[in-house]
Amino acid sequence: MRSLKFIVPFVLFLVLAAFFAVGLQRDPREIPSPFIDKPAPPFKLQQLHDAAKPFAPEDMKGRVWMLNVWASWCVSCRVEHPLLVEMSKRNIVPIVGLNYKDQREAGVQWLTRFGNPYVLSAYDLDGRVGIDYGVYGVPETFVIDKQGVVRYKQIGPITPEALEKKILPLLKKLQA
Amino acid sequence: MRTLLAILALAFASAAFAQSGAAGPANPDPMVEQRMKVLAEELRCLVCQNQTIADSNASLAIDLRNQIRGQITAGRSDGEIRDYMVQRYGDFVLYKPPFQVNTIALWVAPLALLVTGVIVFLIVVRRRRAQPPLPGASPRRAEIEKLLDGP
Repeated sequence: MRSLKFIVPFVLFLVLAAFFAVGLQRDPREIPSPFIDKPAPPFKLQQLHDAAKPFAPEDMKGRVWMLNVWASWCVSCRVEHPLLVEMSKRNIVPIVGLNYKDQREAGVQWLTRFGNPYVLSAYDLDGRVGIDYGVYGVPETFVIDKQGVVRYKQIGPITPEALEKKILPLLKKLQA
Repeated sequence: MRTLLAILALAFASAAFAQSGAAGPANPDPMVEQRMKVLAEELRCLVCQNQTIADSNASLAIDLRNQIRGQITAGRSDGEIRDYMVQRYGDFVLYKPPFQVNTIALWVAPLALLVTGVIVFLIVVRRRRAQPPLPGASPRRAEIEKLLDGP
């Protein structure tokens, strides 16, 4: 009974310490996306390079694809851009760009300058599609499966680590 | 002096410009603005996480304020607008977290802690009361009282 007096606070302390330890490992900027395992929201937008051609996510039904939100004003988009170019060169997965709140000419110029990894880019001038996809920190990347269901979301630039450990294995699994 | 005035005028002008740019197109109907403000104050801006959508000047917050205005004009209820935000950004956008399975600890823990505290306090008080006076205290007490009372 006497020893309980010492054990109880000690156990409580350990529990608290464990909570803090876990909490400190987490990135508060990464918010669990409510889109995982839900159908990708539908939209219909002009293409960046050709205003006459529309694009809708249904066009990609039956294929595993990636939706990458980018903009010419977005600095950290440049960080991940070489990775995307490399992925498209190796034909790993079709990448569709969502050009978010950008000037059309600026966007086109940016792609000419840094390379265009996208099969096409949809042009989201007023950012409404961005809102529908819960975009809050460009760049963001969604992996969407053959049924049009969102399976993964990367917030911020794709890191080589995330690509290696999460995205590539997932793509392999989905494409199988 | 003249340059100073010019600089001051410019400073004020730019401040005014910044203000009008940040506010976005307000709705002429004050009721809509009022409801928008109340709603925006309970929603978190995801770009700058410790500000509400009402306080933040991030471009996403401005877009979302316009989104709320548009939906109010379209006749949506406050609940519907809140659901619209949660669907897109998750429960995290709500400054008042909902009461559901994964937030039970959040809501119940303070009350549980308070009740435990009161119970522990009562037990301790009871035990002290029930304790007999310390043995050996009484003979000394008489002695002390004698001393205190003086000659």
